[in-house]
Amino acid sequence: MTMSPRTRWRYAVNNVMLTLTALCTISTISILFFILGYLVVNGISSFDLAFFTQLPKAPGESGGGMANAIIGSALMVGLASLIGIPVGFLGGIYLAEYDGGWFSNAVRYAADLLNGIPSIVLGIVAWNLLVVPMKSFSAWAGGVALSLILIPIIVRSTEQFLRAVPNSLREGALALGANKATTTLTVIVPAARRGILTGIILGVARIAGETAPLLFTSLNNQFWTTSLGQPTASLPVMIFTHAISPYDDWHRQAWAAGLVLLTIVLLANITARFVVSRNVG
Amino acid sequence: MATRAQPAPIPITKPSTQMGDATARLGTMFFAGGILIITLIIVGVLMEKSWLTFSKFGFGFLSGTNWDPNNEQFASLPFVYGTLLTSFLALLIAVPLGVGAAIFLAELAPANISSVLTFLVELLAAVPSVIYGLLAIFTLVPFMRDYVEPGLAATLGFLPFFQGQIFGVGYLTAAIILAVMTFPFIISISREALLDVPRDQREAALALGATKWESVWDVVLPNARLGIIGSIFLGLARALGETMAVTMVIGNDPSIKASLFAPGYTIAAVIANEFAEASGNMHLSALVALAFVLFLLTMVINGAARLMLARTARKNA
Repeated sequence: MTMSPRTRWRYAVNNVMLTLTALCTISTISILFFILGYLVVNGISSFDLAFFTQLPKAPGESGGGMANAIIGSALMVGLASLIGIPVGFLGGIYLAEYDGGWFSNAVRYAADLLNGIPSIVLGIVAWNLLVVPMKSFSAWAGGVALSLILIPIIVRSTEQFLRAVPNSLREGALALGANKATTTLTVIVPAARRGILTGIILGVARIAGETAPLLFTSLNNQFWTTSLGQPTASLPVMIFTHAISPYDDWHRQAWAAGLVLLTIVLLANITARFVVSRNVG
Repeated sequence: MATRAQPAPIPITKPSTQMGDATARLGTMFFAGGILIITLIIVGVLMEKSWLTFSKFGFGFLSGTNWDPNNEQFASLPFVYGTLLTSFLALLIAVPLGVGAAIFLAELAPANISSVLTFLVELLAAVPSVIYGLLAIFTLVPFMRDYVEPGLAATLGFLPFFQGQIFGVGYLTAAIILAVMTFPFIISISREALLDVPRDQREAALALGATKWESVWDVVLPNARLGIIGSIFLGLARALGETMAVTMVIGNDPSIKASLFAPGYTIAAVIANEFAEASGNMHLSALVALAFVLFLLTMVINGAARLMLARTARKNA
């Protein structure tokens, strides 16, 4: 069978365009592998025990580590989680289980709005609310700024996964004589627990990499932090200050820190994926 | 909804369980209300702290071009220009790439390969901004300075956008980084919009003799256009507010230049660089006013995106 020129043209267009879409996919995904590869190659050589146990060295001196930034990040992410997870989780339960008309819609709109606010703007707000009255940059302010990012993520994911629980479960529990609170706590939340957990992991991984809201809330610190009221080092801010510095030693430290941060964030995302796919299967 | 139905009160129901019910409702409502209050406080703080700037400079803050903290002169146009320019350039790159990849993932790739690749795209979205910046400083900036920008100047140098001194840092480099950070969003949401198009639409087109590409281009894409446009708006909102990676490659120059090679500035970048060391209330207030402008910009774009995505959700319901 011979094809007319018109048909041949149409098939040629088909093949070219479909190949192009494959190239789009390959080129976008290869960026991920480029980032990983570059950080592994450059970061691994700066890795040693000192990176995890020592303080940063002054410019010009080689060696040193980012132990204080690792602790500082853990501290502030922990603080943000202590605020953000309960508020987000309980707020999400309200939105999913007690539909309150205009009030619920207002909360939903607020959560969406909060979710869309650039993180640097949230940093400014935390600065005004905490750094100004306390007259000091602090881990408190950093933790609160991060919690403002975490809350809307957890609210919406909790609501979404609770809503996915079939109504028959609610009706069954209520028919057995359980009240609404007992039903929610012992039937609905456990049924949605994997999804809710996924949302929490993804949210915490997201704030672990946030830099902008920490720049003028927790600032940075070359030394150990001894109280939550002091300026506190964090891995993302360390990466930023080291990357824009003119010192080669600092650049190497930045790559090592980047590798640590990226590994943590990607592992959290892979874990979350594993949790949710077991839920489906 | 059936869930609201309470069981009929039966004698063995103790009063304490009814109490527990009311407590649970009020308790969770308290936290839900907290979210509302937090959002109101954020808007309130931004308005209050930027008031000094808007009352002193008025409309001139939005239209002026002079940013000089030493002489307490503040105007936002160079930053708004840099923010919009880098974001729109980023979309020019990210939209064709992102939609193309979404078409491949939704229409061509076998389901199991597609789900693995989509997961990799989601991982790309999870990479922290500061890591994009870190890599850009050491790879993209020298690459732009030594190859791309001289190449563009040699071939398209007759256009005002591709003239002038080459630094490596500047609008174009920032736009490329923003494009990379935007397309994971465009890909994953566009892919979902494409997958939502009913299967029989494709089959009808193919049965009429359309090629695979024709069915995608003429039938599936128009059906999914609201979702795709929504994804582009979400990407735009993200690009507008993106801070760290841009701060590291934009060049930090508060002036308006036509050349894409020129160093510029964005709203988020100037806040990141100047806020911690701002001198005096006027400078601080001007930076908060910039943050307020950025807040309004992203709010409008996000609102538009949500509207479009909500309409597709309803259409397919």
